Amino acid sequence: MMASRALALAAMENGLSVRTSEVIGMAQREGAVTSHVRMGHDLSGAIIPDREADFLLGLELSETVRALPKLKPEGSVIAATSTIIPVSVHLGLAEYNQEALMDYLKKYTGKLSFLALDDLVRRAGHPKTGNVVMLGALATFPGLPFSREQLLTSLLKYVPEKLKAINIRAFEIGCKTMEGA
Amino acid sequence: MSARKLLMGNEAIAYGAAEAGVKVACAYPGTPSSEVLETLAALSGAKGFYAEWSVNEKVALETAIGASYAGLRALAAMKQVGLNVAADPLMSLAYIGVDGGLVLVVADDPGPHSSQTEQDTRKFARFAKLPVLDPATPEEAFEMTGYAFELSESLGLPVILRPTTRTCHACQDIDLSRAVRPPHRQHSHFEKGSDKVIFPSLSARRHPWLNERQEIAGEKFEDSVFNNLIIAHNSKLGIIACGTGYNYVREALQLTGINASVLKIGTPYPLPGKPVLELFNHAERILVVEEQEPVVEEQVISLAWRNKSSAVICGKHDRLVPREGELNVDQVKSIISKFSFGEAVADNNKATQPPVLPLRTPVLCAGCPHRASFYIFKKAARGTDAVFSGDIGCYTLGAMPPLNAMDACLCMGASITIASGLYRAEPHRRQVAFLGDSTFFHTGVPGLINAVYNQADITLVILDNSTTAMTGYQPHPGTGRTAMGTSAKKIELAGLIKACGVEMVREVDPYDLQEAGKAASEAMNYPGPAVVIMKRICVNLAKKGLSSQINPEKCVDCGSCIEEFGCPAIGRKNGRPEILKNCTGCGVCAQICPAGAIEEVVKEDYES
Ligand code: SF4
Ligand code: SF4
Repeated sequence: MMASRALALAAMENGLSVRTSEVIGMAQREGAVTSHVRMGHDLSGAIIPDREADFLLGLELSETVRALPKLKPEGSVIAATSTIIPVSVHLGLAEYNQEALMDYLKKYTGKLSFLALDDLVRRAGHPKTGNVVMLGALATFPGLPFSREQLLTSLLKYVPEKLKAINIRAFEIGCKTMEGA
Repeated sequence: MSARKLLMGNEAIAYGAAEAGVKVACAYPGTPSSEVLETLAALSGAKGFYAEWSVNEKVALETAIGASYAGLRALAAMKQVGLNVAADPLMSLAYIGVDGGLVLVVADDPGPHSSQTEQDTRKFARFAKLPVLDPATPEEAFEMTGYAFELSESLGLPVILRPTTRTCHACQDIDLSRAVRPPHRQHSHFEKGSDKVIFPSLSARRHPWLNERQEIAGEKFEDSVFNNLIIAHNSKLGIIACGTGYNYVREALQLTGINASVLKIGTPYPLPGKPVLELFNHAERILVVEEQEPVVEEQVISLAWRNKSSAVICGKHDRLVPREGELNVDQVKSIISKFSFGEAVADNNKATQPPVLPLRTPVLCAGCPHRASFYIFKKAARGTDAVFSGDIGCYTLGAMPPLNAMDACLCMGASITIASGLYRAEPHRRQVAFLGDSTFFHTGVPGLINAVYNQADITLVILDNSTTAMTGYQPHPGTGRTAMGTSAKKIELAGLIKACGVEMVREVDPYDLQEAGKAASEAMNYPGPAVVIMKRICVNLAKKGLSSQINPEKCVDCGSCIEEFGCPAIGRKNGRPEILKNCTGCGVCAQICPAGAIEEVVKEDYES
């Protein structure tokens, strides 16, 4: 939610209109949560139609695959290799095949980057910085309607003072990992 | 830089109301409406108005009515099923009318995402004979809120603003300078007289007045900025789209390149005739796109019939537009193609079949005290065939496997009363009712009094986590805090329950399986109504710091912690049970483990 608002704010700074859609309610109890962010001129609703998204940032592997129909054929995916195994799997009511999911992503997405998000978050020093690492990674892509600094500045508006340093670090880790440094 | 602010739909409604000089705002939380009052409460100090979490929606609306009677602008907010609770004052208020502008925000939830029903408040508005506004976007919701106060005052009626989930929880950049300002007169004084005392004779006199208001409201809406007709001169097709449906139509037309005249409707009831008749003049075939019930469609059909228009009207009656669930752009694209070409355009871009994706249904949080409460009662009820009636809240998730601890759940407060009815049908079967603290205050108390008065032999379990967790941790009368952040008298559950006449009341900690288990068995065996208060703060509000670990040397892999308890922080690694990093250290699984393999450790929470 913070990540989607930060993206929206950065786009607004550059004179674009924005729409985001957040998921609130029962789904927040260990369910899958998806946010849509749209920016541009002459926007309609907040929900992105199928095959219209430019970027897909996935913090959990199976949920990334679930959201894939939203992506444009030429769109980019940044996918965490992290998995959150739902209780249904522990109870034997469902299955979770990490390898098959990764293979599927490799096969059907043109521009794909995998991030070992669990490790990166550990390096950032706070368990809840996964989304910030993701934003850092996204910020390295060309053609975004805002600069890296603008995105970071927008993000920090949503972060309490004492967590700023950690978030800056997480953002930079995201950038550097994408740039292969 | 412009003066545009990024706001969620519900925040936008709150800003709209605050700018319009609302003086009293009341609500009971319910997804997707809760952020309206949360935001109002946050703004109340700076703007100088009053905001409260009321114990239920009826109370919220009636409190707002009182303020309006004294001439102030007032607002009540709720979700669609909350309006059922508030239906009684609303239906009568339509006959009496208001003084200060009164806006009722009712959030609908097509899907449904977080609700028991997909009921359409626009239809409710029509039933209550009240005008309703249907915003397509957060910005429109902002503008409509201010307008709704003015409309309410000019008609003398309460006005319903009905956003849906996609407007409530969408964010948009909003121009706050276009707010409606407060009225000149903002003094409060209740004028004594007889026009506020409802008697059959008064209602009979007021009913023609109320009916006449319908026509006046329809006329006012003829030139409303929230309705907009764009004629496509080289097309004989017309589309009427209401609320969020308009966004989908707009984008679907852009994506398909189909050309049609479009009438956007933001005031679905009473539907203004003029723009619809104008569209009849340009379009031979008209498609009505709206979510949920055919509220606009039926009025359009009736207008066409009355005006002898030959336009063919398509929509829900011919099953082109679904009447259930939410719409989206992709669906509307195919509806519009079918409408214009007689068939949906083949989609040859079908995505490839992904590997099987794991089911990810919501479950109770790791360390949730409710899980322990259900586990305790399941054990206490072993071998008894007891029926577990549940209620509305996070704990409805007790129905999920592996707990499967809920046999019935209907609406707010119904656990107690349904258990009482089941008891009448099967007096020898044990009946256990579960509900949360906030739900107990909401509508549980009358049911409990009824059970005592009529001697229903039920066991009531109050899952007291000192908050309204499901909707975002709002305070309630048992918490000692108000919406505006001041402290309040804390209403003690045990005292209240005893005052209701219950003789057996126990308050226990669900994290203590042994003690709580004893209380559970005692309550279930007690002749007559008995209450167990399971008291433990919601794990998301509790301080963390501990965590548990499974000692692989001691673990005998019996699977109890996974298959009977089902905490999402316990998984399997290489087939063996393992505790994951989302463990909150509640220590309950350690009490379940027969091998004593689960140990407490201090959580390594990285460096911070
Ligand atoms: S202590 Fe056990 S039951 Fe409690 S949260 Fe951790 S794993 Fe779950
Ligand atoms: S939010 Fe609180 S009450 Fe709701 S499931 Fe989580 S721990 Fe339980």
